[in-house]
Amino acid sequence: MTVKEYEHLERGNGLKSLIKKLVEIISPPGYEAAIRDLIRLEVQPLSDEVHVDALGNLIARKGELGKNGRKIMLTAHMDEIGLIATHVDNNGFIRFTTLGSIQPQVLAGAQVRFLNGIEGVIRFQTFSRTSELTPVEKMFIDVGATNPGSCPVKVEDVAAFKGGFLDLGRRLVARSMDGRVGVAVLIETMRRLKGTTDEVNFVFTTQAEVGARGMAPAAYGVDPEIGITVNATPASDTPDDPRLGTALGKGPVIQVKDGRMVAAPQIVDWMVHTAEKNRIPYQREVLSLGSTEAHVMQLTRLGVLSGMLAIPCRYLHSASEMVDIEDVHNAVHLLVALLESRQKL
Amino acid sequence: MMVMPENTPVIGKTQIRLLERLCNAVAVSGDEAEVRAIVLEEIRPHTDDIKIDALGNVLAIRHGQSRHRLRVMLAAHMDEVGFMLTANDGEGLFRFETIGSMDVRQLVGKRVWVGREHIPGVIGARPIHLTTSEDSIREIPLEALRIDIGTENEIVKPGERAAFATRFTRLGPSLRAKALDDRLGVATLAELVRHAPPNIDLLAAFTTQEEIGHRGAIVAAYALNPDLAIVIDSTPAFDIPSHDGSENTSYNTRLGKGPALYIADSGTLSDPRLVRFLMETAGMNKIPFQLRQPGGGGTDAAAIQQARTGIPSISVSVPGRYAHTAMGLCRLEDWKNTLKLLHAALWRITPALLGKERR
Amino acid sequence: MNDILPFLKSLVAAPGLSGYESPVARLIEAKWRPLVDELSLSRLGSVHGLRKSNISEPPRSIMITAHMDAIGLMVTSVVDGFLHITNIGDVDPRILPGQPVIVHGLKDLPGVVVLPPGKLLPESLADRPIPLEHLLVDVGLEPGRVTQLVRIGDLVSFASEPVELVGGLLSAHSLDNRVSVAALTVCLEELQSRTLAWDVWAVATVQEEIGLAGAATSSFQIKPDIAIVVDATYGKGPSADDWNTFGLGSGPTLGWGAEIHPFLYNEFKELAERLGIPSSMEIMPGPSGTDAYAMQLAAAGIPCFVLGIPIRYMHTPVEVVAPKDILRTGRLLAEFITYLQPGFLDGITWDDGHA
Repeated sequence: MTVKEYEHLERGNGLKSLIKKLVEIISPPGYEAAIRDLIRLEVQPLSDEVHVDALGNLIARKGELGKNGRKIMLTAHMDEIGLIATHVDNNGFIRFTTLGSIQPQVLAGAQVRFLNGIEGVIRFQTFSRTSELTPVEKMFIDVGATNPGSCPVKVEDVAAFKGGFLDLGRRLVARSMDGRVGVAVLIETMRRLKGTTDEVNFVFTTQAEVGARGMAPAAYGVDPEIGITVNATPASDTPDDPRLGTALGKGPVIQVKDGRMVAAPQIVDWMVHTAEKNRIPYQREVLSLGSTEAHVMQLTRLGVLSGMLAIPCRYLHSASEMVDIEDVHNAVHLLVALLESRQKL
Repeated sequence: MMVMPENTPVIGKTQIRLLERLCNAVAVSGDEAEVRAIVLEEIRPHTDDIKIDALGNVLAIRHGQSRHRLRVMLAAHMDEVGFMLTANDGEGLFRFETIGSMDVRQLVGKRVWVGREHIPGVIGARPIHLTTSEDSIREIPLEALRIDIGTENEIVKPGERAAFATRFTRLGPSLRAKALDDRLGVATLAELVRHAPPNIDLLAAFTTQEEIGHRGAIVAAYALNPDLAIVIDSTPAFDIPSHDGSENTSYNTRLGKGPALYIADSGTLSDPRLVRFLMETAGMNKIPFQLRQPGGGGTDAAAIQQARTGIPSISVSVPGRYAHTAMGLCRLEDWKNTLKLLHAALWRITPALLGKERR
Repeated sequence: MNDILPFLKSLVAAPGLSGYESPVARLIEAKWRPLVDELSLSRLGSVHGLRKSNISEPPRSIMITAHMDAIGLMVTSVVDGFLHITNIGDVDPRILPGQPVIVHGLKDLPGVVVLPPGKLLPESLADRPIPLEHLLVDVGLEPGRVTQLVRIGDLVSFASEPVELVGGLLSAHSLDNRVSVAALTVCLEELQSRTLAWDVWAVATVQEEIGLAGAATSSFQIKPDIAIVVDATYGKGPSADDWNTFGLGSGPTLGWGAEIHPFLYNEFKELAERLGIPSSMEIMPGPSGTDAYAMQLAAAGIPCFVLGIPIRYMHTPVEVVAPKDILRTGRLLAEFITYLQPGFLDGITWDDGHA
């Protein structure tokens, strides 16, 4: 292979192993300390300044505001969907509720791991009509306990999906890919970014899955002019998906609108222009339902010109979310190119 | 070194009388005047600075004395769920909408008080004799209900608010009243202000419009800009038997088990540092407490935690049955222990509480 | 008396969908420039016009606002030359079939919203109102040409022309909320000849229809002492005849509810009575559905008031307004501002007799 191909492969492997490290860490909303510690290790050597705010957001600044420089915020969320125990019944079965939105079909039969290391499986009382959807309230987690006294899990303990990492070549499957793929993109962007006259704040937010709660304080503290969120977006290239949406492998997604926000036209144009100029494949998307954290960032203080970049992802909000590594690569290319471009907005 | 709380507040006749006045007042979200007046009267002599802001919140500060003091915000909401009269149908009948979340099945056949003058009215129902058996199993929609003042008059007008006409009363170990959510919090906060410790700046926020989106709390937190916040509310106790005798796994909290600490509701994931701190405080002082079941509900903490660069927050509630209905019920002992726990906690707060990052 | 109509018609003709308000913002800037001392845009594109007070000591400020964005549609995908669409702001899909629209692609393309025949739709929808995801837009061009000119994310706005109805009423799309921008303009014109004790910020906000981002950010930036929001409200008409609807020509509505400071309501009510301007109390038990929802909560909180201009058939391309309601609203606002004295704010109480 050529040097270029080798470097590309090396970088690919680097990015893959970064993603693998990130997706293994259990960090449900409100309990992100573990993933934050790992991210901090990765970004500390790349930053001019790192700090953690009152809600646990991690903010890493690179660059000082130079003449004609811009104050920019790039965000990804550290938390993942999870569960919290609500009751341990008389027979040691654990009732729970979700942190973030998870459909019952995805829960039934899933294996979970609590923050304290205990593992178990989610089941439900069997009904005679198996086509009926069991609501979460009727599900329980079985960790092998037989009574509340000896159960190693207490009310309020939190858990997330347990799941293996699958490397299928270009396609990667893992739990928590939803936020972590964005985290990987940001970390890799930090690595590749050379000197800049901008002040770029890489913000790893908390509690995104329960309603973008970390974002407001993070954006208020950074107070940027421009902001871009990096997220996963549901791909629709699977059998019987009626939507005409994005597909794996066709490039990162420039979202023009989601369920709660219209991206700033200047930011969309900047992203499209830069992608085309640098021959980076991309997809355009308008999401009718579902939203990112960007709408919260946009209305902070005097306003933030906001855009949304996304990685197409199959099977979102399950224990096995799938992305294409080339899309992740290209997202990094695009962000680096954006930051290095001097296009006036 | 543990600082023993001095002049510990107690719940005696005076405090119960205050709660009675508060519960009997009509203060529906958006018009909290009656409760605000009582609060001002109670706490004004005990504060260094007090003001009413653009949303009608009462914001009061009591400065501490020690060198390095945290600014601690305590919030309790003054508003209750209720009704707003929307149109005059003639003959003393008024159409109305509900303010705050209410189960429409709780409204029929109740008495209400309209406005600050507490003009009496009733929400009637068609006589059972005139109801077909089909109709009797269908719910009565809000549009079909009216608040009946009696006859045509000039005293009551559309735009006025109304609340259930419930008089506070004591039933043995229990207190029965409307709006225990959150007059219990208001009464508790008033006591804490009177007994504020020297190691913190106590920022008291008696908030408005909690029941319609924590609106008062949003601006109160921005203005006060505290280091941490504790919200004092009342949370449902669903501790009644299930229909088939099976185990009740969704009780939320239970009466008689003490103040309820929140780990997670639908708006806030409490700061774990504050959770541990309150549990330690309870243990050291042998104060009973319970953990509220995660999920559902919401308090002013949801708004406060997002102010400015973020504020570590937690809620502590007195458990109460039948919230948002004409007749709520709580245990006097739970209220006492809530006040005890919060007072002891305030006395222990030092900057070290927030020394390390949230985890 | 109808001086405001030409400006209103030009406002309606300018596209300005939520998030893409520049065309209408430019018009407003041009109109307001001679009426204010300073003109600027917020970061998100709201128009801020400052008419300074005439007194020397640091004045209080009042912010009068109207949102300039309008609802519309956006292209979600292109299939065989036909466009799939989604809504920007609340659009009732039932009013869409057969509507003339403009697709703002690389060029402005006239098109029509198409209701596909039942045979080409899922069976469950036969003879029922068709949800938005099944409606299409046809611009009449070959598929290859459409792909060249139209991309995912392009805007689609309503194309109908304004029409004057019998009796002086005007029908057009986007009267929500261009009527209020017109009312603010009437107010600024009236204020030209007045001496003012307060600074006046006239603000045309962005994005009211999709999340109030303009309201939140402009009020945070300006932090006025009082904010008045002018918005369209429900005019009485067929199937809209209840207590929360108001006759066209009955004057502005005066808002009442949790977002309204009761003191401001009383002031406006008394003033309208004194001036003989007809008005109605608009009772809002729930959220007002206007920029006030966000403005009241900016920073440490702002006392707010809402003035409503009744329009029929809100959020359809055939909205109807009585121009005299616009003039009355503008005039009431101008009189209120003229009458503001430096000490007005000290009088704002919550009626408890305490500070």
